[in-house]
Amino acid sequence: MASLCLYFQVHQPHRLDDYSLFDIGEHTAYFDDHNKQTSNRRLLQKVANKSYRPTTRLLLELVKQYPEFRVSFSFSGTVLDQLSEYDPETLSLFQELVSFDQVEVLAETSHHTLAFFYDRDEFEKQVDLHIEKIRNVFGQTPRVFRNTELAYNNEVGRWADAYGFDGVLAEGWDEVLGWRSPNFVYQPPKAEIPLLLKNYRLSDDIAFRFSREDWEGWPLTADTFARWVSDHNGNAEVINLFMDYETFGEHQWESTGIFAFLEDLPEKILADPDNDFKTVSEAIEAYPVRDSVDVQETLTWADTERDLSAWLGNQMQHTAIESLYDLKEDIEQIKDDSWYQIIVSDWRRLQTSDHFYYMCTKWSHDGDVHAYFSPYNSPHEAYTTYMNAVTDLRERVLAHAN
Amino acid sequence: MSYDVLMFGWEFPPHNSGGLGVACRGIARALSHAGHNVTFVLPEHIPVSDPDISLVFADKPSSVSNTIHTQHLLSDTAYADGKRRLNSEGAVVDTSSSETLTLMSAVRDYGRQAEKIAQLTDFDVIHAHDWLTYPAGIAAKRASGKPLVTHIHATEHDRTAGQGRNEAVYDIEKSGFEHADHVLSVSRYTKSILEDKYNISEDKITPAHNGITETPPEDLPPVLRRWKRRGNKIVLFLGRQTIQKGPDHFLRAAKILSRKREDVMFIMAGSGDMQEDLIERSAELGIGDRVLFPGFVRGAKTNRLYQSADLYVLSSVSEPFGITPLESLLNKTPVLISKQSGVSEVISNALKVDFWETDRMAAKMNTALRFPSVANILAEKGHKEVKEINWSDTAKICVDCYNKLTR
Repeated sequence: MASLCLYFQVHQPHRLDDYSLFDIGEHTAYFDDHNKQTSNRRLLQKVANKSYRPTTRLLLELVKQYPEFRVSFSFSGTVLDQLSEYDPETLSLFQELVSFDQVEVLAETSHHTLAFFYDRDEFEKQVDLHIEKIRNVFGQTPRVFRNTELAYNNEVGRWADAYGFDGVLAEGWDEVLGWRSPNFVYQPPKAEIPLLLKNYRLSDDIAFRFSREDWEGWPLTADTFARWVSDHNGNAEVINLFMDYETFGEHQWESTGIFAFLEDLPEKILADPDNDFKTVSEAIEAYPVRDSVDVQETLTWADTERDLSAWLGNQMQHTAIESLYDLKEDIEQIKDDSWYQIIVSDWRRLQTSDHFYYMCTKWSHDGDVHAYFSPYNSPHEAYTTYMNAVTDLRERVLAHAN
Repeated sequence: MSYDVLMFGWEFPPHNSGGLGVACRGIARALSHAGHNVTFVLPEHIPVSDPDISLVFADKPSSVSNTIHTQHLLSDTAYADGKRRLNSEGAVVDTSSSETLTLMSAVRDYGRQAEKIAQLTDFDVIHAHDWLTYPAGIAAKRASGKPLVTHIHATEHDRTAGQGRNEAVYDIEKSGFEHADHVLSVSRYTKSILEDKYNISEDKITPAHNGITETPPEDLPPVLRRWKRRGNKIVLFLGRQTIQKGPDHFLRAAKILSRKREDVMFIMAGSGDMQEDLIERSAELGIGDRVLFPGFVRGAKTNRLYQSADLYVLSSVSEPFGITPLESLLNKTPVLISKQSGVSEVISNALKVDFWETDRMAAKMNTALRFPSVANILAEKGHKEVKEINWSDTAKICVDCYNKLTR
């Protein structure tokens, strides 16, 4: 028996507008929409048109058509805020989909941040905020945790265990698994919490390689993919396909056939009676922990390094994130609650990991995947814009802290 | 006597990328005000006009799209803001070797067109500004037999801070000085470079300091208002972020000063091929939250920055003149200037330092910030000094030179 566990990440950051030195002290509309290139409204509506709406409509049909079909989601709080502000119709579609029992929603940080590594107290607040938001928006209480960018180490696992989660997600990277397969349930050392590991080969076949014509698997059909899944039978219990939701329609355009692939997938998978679908919680419940996996260095699902270097790989990124977390102590001194709420809201939006991703210089010399996702002309522009906003925020914090 | 001057320039405000266009206009207007007739030639048509000067475009007057083309040409290292800059459409223009070739061929085209212009125009003397126009000046001299004055505002030696000069540019400069009947240098500092690096005889060169068109800037709201209100300080760098301007020395001094005091924000305005390195370096030095990079700044925003700053620093490795300290003083902000500059010859009420002495640069920054009385005196007296500096003095030196050559 092999269960297919699909989890899709839905996230959009509040990108900074072209906030210049001359804006510091003048206004606080850091995330405004007047610049077309960085307009959050425009970018959200674009991705909703190309991906969120068509994919969600399709999944709605699939959950209705196949009672055995299952899917799990994680929504960042920032994307939910943007959907409710810029595109309530798409948000309703998501709500309709999640209302089916076949759909599970995960817990993460409210602002899709790296707070775990900088400020544990703030991190827990964000997790609580997120749970509350998911309850309010979807009427569901998340039971399984996934950290931003799937950033995971033993400590994250133990934390999730102690915090009372039923499970936690991570990348199924060979370097930590050794000879073992990601297709079983594991747990961290000295903790009891089940760990679901991404099968990155099969996930990436869809997320990255699907449209690559020079790939031997191209063109990939649901039939072929189902056969690959069935080939694991006898040697797998749960195959975790984790990917960005934007895979459907945005990273892989409609013209690649990605929607047709998704539409066919349940039928083809279920054609083999040894296969089924499970949500993350069902998978954890159905299969026993087979072994423990020791993850000492932080693992993520990004790049060939699978570490945090896309977000924290250079000194600009460190300067930026440290400057932000340095404000914590002074923010806590703000007595006026309404000011506190306003300032904390901006502070948290600035914590979103994407800001640091845009500053990545790993491959800035050859047009690359990072540049594709960045609304800025260069990592340096992303950094200077960010530091302008932090400089303004610091002055506001100090003005209200005393 | 009144002279008819055939003047060759490369750019003209507001279509300028640096100080050259401003200086040329200042000189041309002052000559005109002194009763001389200036025909100012530009390589390509741009939509400008001037009440005092007749502007001539060496190519046929053409559409606005040529303006963009001009900016492309200007985006080469010499008179632009560095390696990568935004063109008028907001796209990044990279300087590649092919653009250098384009610039060179534009300079030569200008020379060919200058010959025709010289044949069609009546004049007494030719006056050419910087290497870009020297082939034009030489061609005009050849065609007319009239004396040639080459004016040097910046040499290849300055632009490259003495490292890895472009030999083709150097050769054009040297040939310009050699073909000239006389050379006007923007400072004594530059005169000495011509003697040392270009082997031009001392008698052939007369320094003619730049002036400044004094329009007292209006009072503008400060930047970083809250920061200033808390009694904190701003130290300003404003210029191309290229090796010539010594931004790396400024940043090192900023690091040193930051160790002593936490109340200083350093603003590094301008763009250039060193910008990305400087941004990364500021983070590596641990002062990333104390250095802001607003990019290329124009117009009133420039005055806002000067007025907001407690000190302006010119950290240049080799600065033929350096107009920015004068602009700063017009805005009543005191200045710390590199001794390797022409402007240090004309301003006595300034702090001065050798650019490589970053410890001293930091110490002198600190002096200006710690002792408001010192800063105020430097600002007030420096401001008075600047008001005495004008383009008519520069024009007088030009006319003295014309007198000698046409006698």
